[in-house]
Amino acid sequence: MKLGVQVNEGPYQHQASDSAYQFVKAAVEKGHEIFRVFFYHDGVNNGTRLATPPQDDRNVANRWSELAAKHDIDLVLCVAAAQRRGIADADEAKRNGKDADNIAPGFRISGLGQLIEAGIQCDRLVVFGD
Amino acid sequence: MPTLHTVNKSPFDKTSLNSCLRFAKDGSSILLIEDGVYAALNGTTFTEAVKTAMKNVTVYALQPDIEARGMANKVIDGIKLVDYAGFVDLVEQNDRVESWL
Repeated sequence: MKLGVQVNEGPYQHQASDSAYQFVKAAVEKGHEIFRVFFYHDGVNNGTRLATPPQDDRNVANRWSELAAKHDIDLVLCVAAAQRRGIADADEAKRNGKDADNIAPGFRISGLGQLIEAGIQCDRLVVFGD
Repeated sequence: MPTLHTVNKSPFDKTSLNSCLRFAKDGSSILLIEDGVYAALNGTTFTEAVKTAMKNVTVYALQPDIEARGMANKVIDGIKLVDYAGFVDLVEQNDRVESWL
């Protein structure tokens, strides 16, 4: 089955990001296709490579990146939400005159159309967040 | 055309479970996750409402979240516990998922 996932909450905030990750992992292990994970609102904070959590804690951004690399999952950050929160890839940094980018590997920045497309293309859309 | 409703907020904190119970049609399923699992606790002021709802809908709770909160032996009789794989199965078995946030 083709599944879409929306994440509206940042890492280390409450539990939504962890729940979404565990759900995606379980779905992939069951042989389902994860069409896309769309990060919206504070969810875009899942996609910074500059986070340095304590060594005995999970690294949420790395965990998403590794899962995406292993299973070829499309991780999309909402562009407007990302701009507000200072999450940028090289193109966005250049376009907005910033001196650095911080997007984590496996993530890309795009628009809300990507969420709508996931809603249309997927058999189910599951939302995690506040 | 059954629907899976997920609720991730404690009923003692937010009204999302109340809203869910008002709108959930007979024969649908409700999965309690994250702090939503507090609704599965036996002996609270919310227990009766959940038991009443269980006459018409099937209530599930995410086992890892139940265990993380020390509730393993305190769950209302009849609530079914599922792991993340079971969560995925529920998503597959129902026609759509409504996430009450």
